[in-house]
Amino acid sequence: MINNRNTPILFVLFGGLILLFIISPLLSMFLATTPLQLFETSKDPEVVNSIWLTLRVSFLATLFFAIGAIPLAYFLARTKFKFKKLVNGIIDLPIVIPHSAAGIAILGFISRDSVLGKVASSLGLNFVGHPVGIALAMAFVSIPFLINAARDGFESVPIKLEKTALNLGASPVRVFFTISFPLAWKNILSGLIMMFARGLSEFGAVVIVAYHPMITPVLIFERFGAFGLKYARPVSVVFIIVCLVFFIFLRTLSKEKHTNNA
Amino acid sequence: MLKLKDISIKLGDFQLRKINLELNKGDYYVLLGKSGVGKTVLLEIIAGLIKPDSGNVFMNNTEITNEKIQNRKVGIVFQDYSVFPHLNVKQNIAYSLKGKKITNSKKEVLINQYAGLTNITHLLDRNTQNLSGGELQRVALARMLVSKPECLLLDEPLASLDIQLKGGLRNLLRQINQSGVTILHVTHDYEEAIALSDKVAVIHEGEIVQRGSTKEVFQKPANEFVANFTGIKNFFLADFSPINNAKINGTLEINVSNKDQIKNGKIIIRGEEIILSNEKMESSATNNFKGKIKQIIPYLTNHEIIVDIGIDLTVVISEESLQKFKFSENSEVWVSFKSTAIKIIP
Repeated sequence: MINNRNTPILFVLFGGLILLFIISPLLSMFLATTPLQLFETSKDPEVVNSIWLTLRVSFLATLFFAIGAIPLAYFLARTKFKFKKLVNGIIDLPIVIPHSAAGIAILGFISRDSVLGKVASSLGLNFVGHPVGIALAMAFVSIPFLINAARDGFESVPIKLEKTALNLGASPVRVFFTISFPLAWKNILSGLIMMFARGLSEFGAVVIVAYHPMITPVLIFERFGAFGLKYARPVSVVFIIVCLVFFIFLRTLSKEKHTNNA
Repeated sequence: MLKLKDISIKLGDFQLRKINLELNKGDYYVLLGKSGVGKTVLLEIIAGLIKPDSGNVFMNNTEITNEKIQNRKVGIVFQDYSVFPHLNVKQNIAYSLKGKKITNSKKEVLINQYAGLTNITHLLDRNTQNLSGGELQRVALARMLVSKPECLLLDEPLASLDIQLKGGLRNLLRQINQSGVTILHVTHDYEEAIALSDKVAVIHEGEIVQRGSTKEVFQKPANEFVANFTGIKNFFLADFSPINNAKINGTLEINVSNKDQIKNGKIIIRGEEIILSNEKMESSATNNFKGKIKQIIPYLTNHEIIVDIGIDLTVVISEESLQKFKFSENSEVWVSFKSTAIKIIP
């Protein structure tokens, strides 16, 4: 650890400004919201329902997509193949493309005219304007966080541990569940938290796929458009508090797990 | 028992070419070679973790080249031990027993039996992250032995251990071998080969350049590489008396510096540290013997002179010394070496 006294004062100054840049808008928003407004907003059924919907859909989307994302991450960590760089690039695509454009792409993919839409229609489902559509939009923009974190986790597991387990008579599936997965778990959990958090905050893609039912970022946008900043602010503050509580809780959980394993 | 036939593989910078090796039941076979020549790869091929480009692996006369890893009855212990860090010592040892059709009490007996053999019973409930290198090696060995492999493959098992731990581990490996487990041990350290093996193969540039009994390979190296690599021809079985004396081959008595009070073991004397003279010299060397030159073998940069002093001792001298002192075959000479020039391998 470098002694604090050795850090150039300019670095501290610039770093402080960046921190101020992050904190100031949030703080001013909190300060501009009275406790009464917060209390009233937290009782507003529309707000409460939208927060529950956002949490539930993001959580389920994370869990559902993890079933495929984690094996894919393992495959990418352990297998060499010709177009691996291309595949890694494709996985990062949702991070770099505008999320409204991602929403348009997903809408085209799940609308009634698409193959998926037609199949869903035949089962009496319409993904557009449906929590499933919201989940798809959230997952599309947030899944790179899970895949990348899990891949890094699997890559950090020494391959010799897996070879040893195979040599001790374990099947590849048992090796995955008893060696690779537990040892990469810290990274996977971190990826799951990031995916969940990113899903909660998604607006651009979701608003195109499903304006209703209204997730909280869309509700904030609607309150802002219809009533102005004053009415959008308390919803934002409540949602940020909820997100922070979840984020801190999950992070603490992952740290505890890590400490127990250490 | 274990047979490799024409195993070839090319991996990155190195390749193995037509490796043939045969181990009999109960052998302690050491594969000796410099780092990075593919010794570990060969072990992984035997264990089924890597497929060779060509060649066959046989176990008890049955081909296992394409056999599933789990069915091969060979156990590999890697240089870095590969002890599972998220499991405690007991869980590590029990890993191979999970899913086997044996009762929990029988599992418990097996775990305790092998923990006892490797002297780690007191560590069973310990977390593996706080164990020393020697302890981790013992855990890795116990874990492998409990799966009852017919052949144990050891990848540089002593390389990461300090000198005090090496002795104990060597004894354990001997004990395991004596219990009937065939061992193939790869190393770059000729001392390990001398201390443990009854058979040695030397691997160089992807090929086995010499194989045979340990004595044969060290005392009659097939070529200059083996001679330089093994380096030691003067190694003998010795019984030590408490007063710094050792009896070689039950006959010749020499003075040694036996600080650790070892009772029996092997000794090595580097040929470069033995002085040859025509007359007896007065010096601090406590070992002075009269002998007869049996053979003079010229090499590129020096000569090896084999002197019979009751045992055959190989002395290395320069061309210049050979000319100056006019040593010749069948002539009588004196050999001298200090007791501190003798290395004792327990």
